[in-house]
Order: sequence, then C-alpha cells, then structure tokens
Amino acid sequence: MKLTKLMATSALVGAGMLAASFASAADSKKPIVIPTHNWSSQVVMAHVIGGIFESMGNNVEYVPADSQGVYEAIRNGDVTISHEVWQSTFGASFYNAMEAGGVIDAGTHEASTLEEMGVPGYVIEMNLCPGLPNWEALKDCPEVFATADSGGKGRWLEGPQSWHGDLMPVRLEALGLADKYSVTFAGSADAIWAELESAKKEKRGIITFNWTPNFTDADGFVFLEFPEYKEGCRKEDGGDGSCGSPKGWLKKAANYQFPKTHPAAYKMFSKLSFTTTQIGQMAALVDIDKLSHEDAAKKWLADNEAVWKPFTQ
Amino acid sequence: MTTAFKQNKLLQFGLLLVVFLLLYNFIKPSDDPYLNMLWRLPALIAWLPQWLTDTIKYIMFDWISVEIYNPELEDTEEVSLVKEITRSLSWFVLFFIQSIREFLVGGIKTIVTFTSWDFISDNPWAELPGLPWTVVFGGATLLGYNLGSKKLAALVGISLAYISIFGQWEPTMKTISLVLIAALISVIIGLFLGIFAYRSKAFEVLITPILGVAQTMPAFSYLVPMIVLFGLGDHAGALATVIYATPPMIRLTLLGLKAVPPEVVEAGLMSGCTRFQLMYGVMLPTARQNILIGVNQVIMQCLAMVVIASLIGAQGLGDDLLKALNSLRIGKALELGICIVLIAIVLDKLSLAWANKQTDYFSNLSFSERHRNKFILMTILVGGIILAMIGKLVFGDGINYFFIIDTNKGITTDWFWQAGVDWIITNWYSSLEAFKVWFWEDVLSPIKNAFLGMPVIATFTLVAGIGYIIGGLKSAIIVSAYLLFIALTAWWDRALITAYLTTIAVLVAVTFGGVIGILCAQSTRATKVLLIICDTLQTFPSFIYLIPAIMLFNVSNTAVLIAITPYAMIPAMRYTVEGLRNVSPSLQDAGSMSGVNRMQRLFSIELPLAFPHIVLGINQTVMFALAMVIIGALIGSTADLGELIVGSLSDKDGIGNGLILGLCVAFIGLIIDHLLNTWARARKEALGLA
Repeated sequence: MKLTKLMATSALVGAGMLAASFASAADSKKPIVIPTHNWSSQVVMAHVIGGIFESMGNNVEYVPADSQGVYEAIRNGDVTISHEVWQSTFGASFYNAMEAGGVIDAGTHEASTLEEMGVPGYVIEMNLCPGLPNWEALKDCPEVFATADSGGKGRWLEGPQSWHGDLMPVRLEALGLADKYSVTFAGSADAIWAELESAKKEKRGIITFNWTPNFTDADGFVFLEFPEYKEGCRKEDGGDGSCGSPKGWLKKAANYQFPKTHPAAYKMFSKLSFTTTQIGQMAALVDIDKLSHEDAAKKWLADNEAVWKPFTQ
Repeated sequence: MTTAFKQNKLLQFGLLLVVFLLLYNFIKPSDDPYLNMLWRLPALIAWLPQWLTDTIKYIMFDWISVEIYNPELEDTEEVSLVKEITRSLSWFVLFFIQSIREFLVGGIKTIVTFTSWDFISDNPWAELPGLPWTVVFGGATLLGYNLGSKKLAALVGISLAYISIFGQWEPTMKTISLVLIAALISVIIGLFLGIFAYRSKAFEVLITPILGVAQTMPAFSYLVPMIVLFGLGDHAGALATVIYATPPMIRLTLLGLKAVPPEVVEAGLMSGCTRFQLMYGVMLPTARQNILIGVNQVIMQCLAMVVIASLIGAQGLGDDLLKALNSLRIGKALELGICIVLIAIVLDKLSLAWANKQTDYFSNLSFSERHRNKFILMTILVGGIILAMIGKLVFGDGINYFFIIDTNKGITTDWFWQAGVDWIITNWYSSLEAFKVWFWEDVLSPIKNAFLGMPVIATFTLVAGIGYIIGGLKSAIIVSAYLLFIALTAWWDRALITAYLTTIAVLVAVTFGGVIGILCAQSTRATKVLLIICDTLQTFPSFIYLIPAIMLFNVSNTAVLIAITPYAMIPAMRYTVEGLRNVSPSLQDAGSMSGVNRMQRLFSIELPLAFPHIVLGINQTVMFALAMVIIGALIGSTADLGELIVGSLSDKDGIGNGLILGLCVAFIGLIIDHLLNTWARARKEALGLA
C-alpha cells in the first residue's frame, strides 16, 4: 500500500518535471555536433557558429568529417548541422539524404558560390597570356601553361575526377581547345594548393580549378570567363558542354530533430547568413594571418559582434 | 634434353619469356567479342560492388526493425536492430577512449555519461580537470626506469618533454587514448582468435588467407564501411585501426602456442590441469615472449594508422597533421609527424622492455622495497599538482606551463622548415625541368604504355608460368586465381597502372636501398644508424612527403613516385643490412682463408648467402609500395585503383567499390608475396639456411 502510494507520488512529480521542462521549450543540454572539413573557411565558420551557440548557453562539439559523407552522418544523427552546403559539389548528396529522410534545409547564406577554372592574379597583371580572363585568349598561349608531362600542350589542373567526372575534358573538346590543352586530375584539394603555392614562387602560368568563397580570394585569384551557363548546355543535359559553371547557392542543413531538441539554437541557425566577404575574412585569418582555427573564430566573433548578434534575437 | 630442361630453371624462364613476347606482339584488340577475350576479359563481376553495397545497406538499415521510444521527441521511432547493435558497440568503445582522454587532458563527457548534460551545465565544478603534464612525464619516466634502464627512462622523458614543450601535448594525449583502446581491443581479439586457431586446424586454414588480405588491403578501402557501420568519430577510427592491427597478434599468438614444448604441456596435464587451466596457467605464460612481441606489433600498427583513422573522425595528431598540410604548413606537419614517431618509439621500447623483462620469482623484498614505486608515483602526483597550482599563481590567466601547454603555443621550428622548403622550390624547380621531361617521356611514359599494351592472355601466361616454375602446379593455380578476380572486375586497366607504378617504385627503391644497405653493412656503427633511420621513417607519416613532392614535380606520375619511394626503400635497406650482417662469420673466415679479397668476398660469398633474406626484403618493398598507392592517389594524375579508392570515400555507394578495389590491390600484393616467399623458402633450403 505504502509502496504504491510512493510510486504514484514519484510518477506525478516526474511527470510534472517533464511537463515543466517542455513547457519552457529550453534547448537540450546535449551538445550540438558541428562537422569540420578539410578547408579553412569551413573550419573557422564551424568555430564561429559554435561560439554563437555557446554564447546562447548551448553545448557544442566538433567532429572532423568527410565533406560528402557528412550528409549521411546528419541523417543518422551523428552530426547535427552542416553550415556549408555547396550547390554544385554537395547539392546531390544533400538532396539524396533529404529524400532518404532525416535531413532538413535550414536556409541559405547570402554568399553565392562559383566553382570554375581560373588563374592566379599575377597571370593577368603580368599579362602572361594577353586577353585573359576571356577564355578565347587561351587559344594563343598554351605554352605558358605547359608542364613537363603535358607534351607541349597547356595543362588544366582539374580537381579529382570523382568531383565532376569528364566535365572539363568535354568542355575542352567543345571549345575546340583539345589539341592545345589537356586535363590533369589532381588527387585532392591539397594537391591544387601545393601547385598554386609552387607556381606563385616563380610567377609561373597555371590554370587550375578553384572556388569562391575561398582563401585564394584574398590573393586575387581570377576565374576565367567561359560562354555563359544556360539550362541544358551541359553534355548530360543534351548540350555540347562548352558553357562555364553556374553561380550556385550556399545552404545550411540540419538533422530533422534539431528544431525540436534545440529550438532556440535552431532559430538562430536558420537566420544565420554570411556574405562572401565575411567567409573570405574567416579563411584569411587562418591562411594569410596564420592564426589557429579556434583563435581565428574568436577574433572574428570579437570583431564582428554587429554581424552575428542579430541572428540570436 | 628433357631432364636438362626440367632442371635448368634459367632455360624454363627463357622459354616462358619467348612465349610471353610472342603473345604480347601478336594479340591485339579485336572487334570479335570472343577473340577479344584474349586481349581483355569481359567484366563479369562488375555487378559485385553494387551488390555488396546494397546488401550491407539492407542488413544495416532495413533487415530487422524495432520500435524505440524517443523521450526527447515523445514519439516512437522505427529503428534498425543491426544499426542499434553496432551503435551500442560504438558508444562503448567511444566511452573508454573518452574516459582515458579526459583523465589525461580533462573534459566533461565521462561525467555526463553517469549524470546528464543538464547536471554538468548546472555544476561546472564536476568537470574532470586532467593531469598536469609533469605527472604523466614523471610517471612514464619511472615506468621506463623500472622496465629497462636509465637509458630507457631518459628516452621516454626526453620524448615527452619534447612533445609538451612543442605545444602538442593535447593532440598527443588524444592520439594515445585512441591507440591504447584500439591496441587493447586488437590484443584481446587477437589472443582469442589465435587460441582458437591453435585448437582448431579448420579455423586456422580458414583464417590464414583472411589475415593475408587484411594485411595487404589498403586501409582506405574499408573506411566507408566503417562509417556506415559505426558512424563517424573516434570509435570508427579505433575500429578501423583494429582491423589493421589485429592480424600480427593472431599470427604471433598462434606461433607462440605452437612453439610451446610438448614436455611443458605434459607436465601441466600430469599435474591435473583442466583444459582452461592448461591454456591460461601453462601454455600462455610459456608463450609469453611471442605474445608480447605481438602486443608490440599491434602498437606499432596502431600508430601507423593515426593519420588514416583521422579521415573518419579520429581526433589528435593525425587530424591536426592533415589540417596543417591542407594549409601547406609543412613545418607544422613535420613537428606533428615527429610527435607520432616519438610516441611510437616510446611505446615500442617500453613494450619490448616489458616483453623481455623476466619475472623474478625468488626475490625476497622488504616492505619498503616492494612499495617503493607506489611511493615515488604518489610523490610525483602530489608534486605535479602542487607545481601546477604554483604555475596558476605565476602565470595567472596566461598559459600555465606547469599544467598543460596549450596546443600550438609551445616552441615551434615551423618557420625554419618552411624556409627550407621555400628555398628548395625556388632554387631547384627550374633546374629539375630537364630531368622531369626526360623521366616522363623516356622512362615512365613508355613503361606505362607497355603495361597497358599487354594482352590479358600474356599476363596470365607470364604470372602462371612463373608460379609453375617456382612452386609447381599449386602455385600456378593460386596466382592465376588472384589474377582472374582482378581481370573480371571492370578495373583491369587501372590495376595495370597500379602495377606499373609499383614496379618502378620497387625497382628504384631496391636499387638505392640495396646499395645503401650494402654500404652500411660494412660497418657495425653504420648498420646501427641505418636501422634507427629505418625505424624512424617507418612510423613517420608519409602524407608529409606529398606537398613537397607536388611543389617540385607538379601533379604528375613523377611526383607520385618521388613520394612513394622513400617509404618503399625502408624494407629494402633493412633486409639487405640484416641479411649481410647475419652471414655466419665462419663462412666469411673460410673465404678469407681461401684468399678472397673484400670485393670477392662480398659478391661471391656474402651476397649469394644473404640473397634469400634480401628477397624477403624485396617482398616487403612491394607491400610498402602498394600501401602507398593511396598517397599517390592523393597527388593525382594516376587513373589507377587508388584514385577510385580515394573517390569511394566521398561516394554514397562507395562501400562496395572501396572493398572490391581494396581486394584488387591486396591480390596484386598476394601474387607477388606468394611467388617471392615460395622462391625464398626453396632457396634457403638449398643453401642450408632454413
């Protein structure tokens, strides 16, 4: 008799506490898991967003993750958010994971993205190939971009083949540049940065795949101007593939439980939006000023309170 | 004539070569699908990767599902049972890694496990503080002294002090916490499977080829399955490490148990041991030496995986190293690499000292002698904590050098290495231009085309023929079976490119490594130095070579080879030196007495006698070169198997691709391994060395 009474009381108290905690709709104290990838702007932004979450009283945790595999991880709940979803490279993985269920679209950054072939700023300044960045200028100076193993042709250093398949070889063919240029696939982003750094030391000509926002923005990287992208101009959509890349969006993704477990944090995250310049600043703090990712985030947060405070309100 | 041919291997090889060249020259691609099978086999198992992906995903996510109530959402969810099981396992592994980690450097998750996030947010005092570095330093040095000597204690102390002063304490402790748990799991699994293989012959036969595959498969190829099964994080990194590190433990346990003298077993039986007592009370203690060498191997394998494990979420030195390379901070990466080498050396020497330490059953120690270590340890702990508190007063809000020096806030030599690399690139890039053009146009490109122009029938004839000459019909069948698997996938041409890159890397490595080995073997001191260099290079993360190689040689096949070769040279140097130094002195004296000079002695006595051992070194060189396929793929321009393995890491259907591609690489390795081992064994018997 006594026992049942005790149980009933404790159940009531328990239920009351439960109701109280849900009524206030406070964020769970479970940490928000933020992924870090292998490029600096993303890592700094992870710590910037983590810093904002912490300022709101949330717990935060960072895990290193592969940039494609992360959407599967968000779906499973191993990771809570992703703050840099690039339309062209990760759009497919993002929508696939959304279709499978478990990932939600948490809004878009103000920054637009571009992934395209380009040259370092000094190539234009020193007029190594007159007429650049217009692509037609390439016809007259393949030798400027030749390397030891390109057989006298100019070389296009493309990202790994798993990024865009045969997009660039097809484009060379369609533009009639195939007899003057050939494509070499780098094995990783690191390989591209190493090449750019090495070329910069001697001011050598180099054409490489790159993207913006990126730390190279601060160094004046120039993207080549190809025939404008139109719906259906790519080979897989029935075109000849001679067009350049489209400007893309930069989205944010979250696990579907995030709005329910951390309503306030989710509200901030969905309002959060950075511009190309701001993202470039974050990357430059690490790549140019050589701060650590954490210190760069702290500095950026301290210097830009006017930017991020409104997101939290 | 026929008997002469049967006995003369050289003649047999000659005939094989003629047949091979004829096939090579006369078989061309054909429009007729049947005739074309002589040129390339149809990709009959091209469906296998996708099937594997679908099967694993089905088992993981759809097979059996259960309903679980989620209190946070106040709703029941349909969850896959298998996934729940693997995730519980992940949680368990992660818990132990975190506990050790937070014990060493502090944190809150261990406490959260027993309470809740709400509790820790309200009670920040409950956070684990971490140990001052001076305590770990003192404790490890004491351990070194007790296991070995003053020398070992000094080695341990200096290494840990270096790590702390260079500001890499936290990442190093994070790595150590992961390595310790991964090693512990590997040792337990290895011990049990080894015992099981000892008891059941059938199991031994079953597991031997699996061990071979696990040791030759590039670790990259099972990273994606690890993410799918266990989720991203330290636990996934640890479990991938376990796959890589367990095989030597199984092998050495089995070897140790087999070497237990029958007299010992009989003595045990006569004393009335049960089966369990016999194994744990008699056999395992007798096999202690081999088993502890196994533990040592496990630790070394775990450290070799530090960087790769960080690709699927392991924190610590590996992750920091990859980030440093990503922003081209070579000097920083080098310092992190040195930390990995240092903890490898420390753990290696400590575990070896432990393996060699004899238990002293007869000593009669007084109370103070028995408890001396505990007393010293307590003193170190208390002293360290007091020192950390003094540090708090002295340094205020700055970095407390007596507690834990913040990451990257220690001394750094980054700028020095950076300047060195800059200097090399500005001064060497152009002068290397002629070499680069020659090496590509006259060496690499022709060999690459020769490999790609090889008809599949010619490859089979050559490989099976060599197998037959060396090991008879059985060998011929084994190597053909490996080759057939690769030929039936969709990736035969890529496998040829991998083979071409490996061949050249091995040729260069064996030439240079062999010469260095021969030179160093002439002096005892040089031998010692060379072996230390080999030990160091072996645990030094090869990822670091990647950036300088690209900066000097662009994204090209040449850069790939330049990055692979230093690593592949290690076994070539080591085995040459060991082989030559182990030639018995009596044979050398016999030679000297017959009046040979030093040159003659080297070429007519020492090298032929050491040759079988050197061939085992070549075998290891091939394995090392194949393991570097991934590094090559990260540079790019290869279009080989490695490129797809790296690609599979970012592909949602990468599970099957990664595993089958990994098998292809493993099978190339196993073909070479089988041929060279069979030959070396026969040769050693002929020389009376076995």
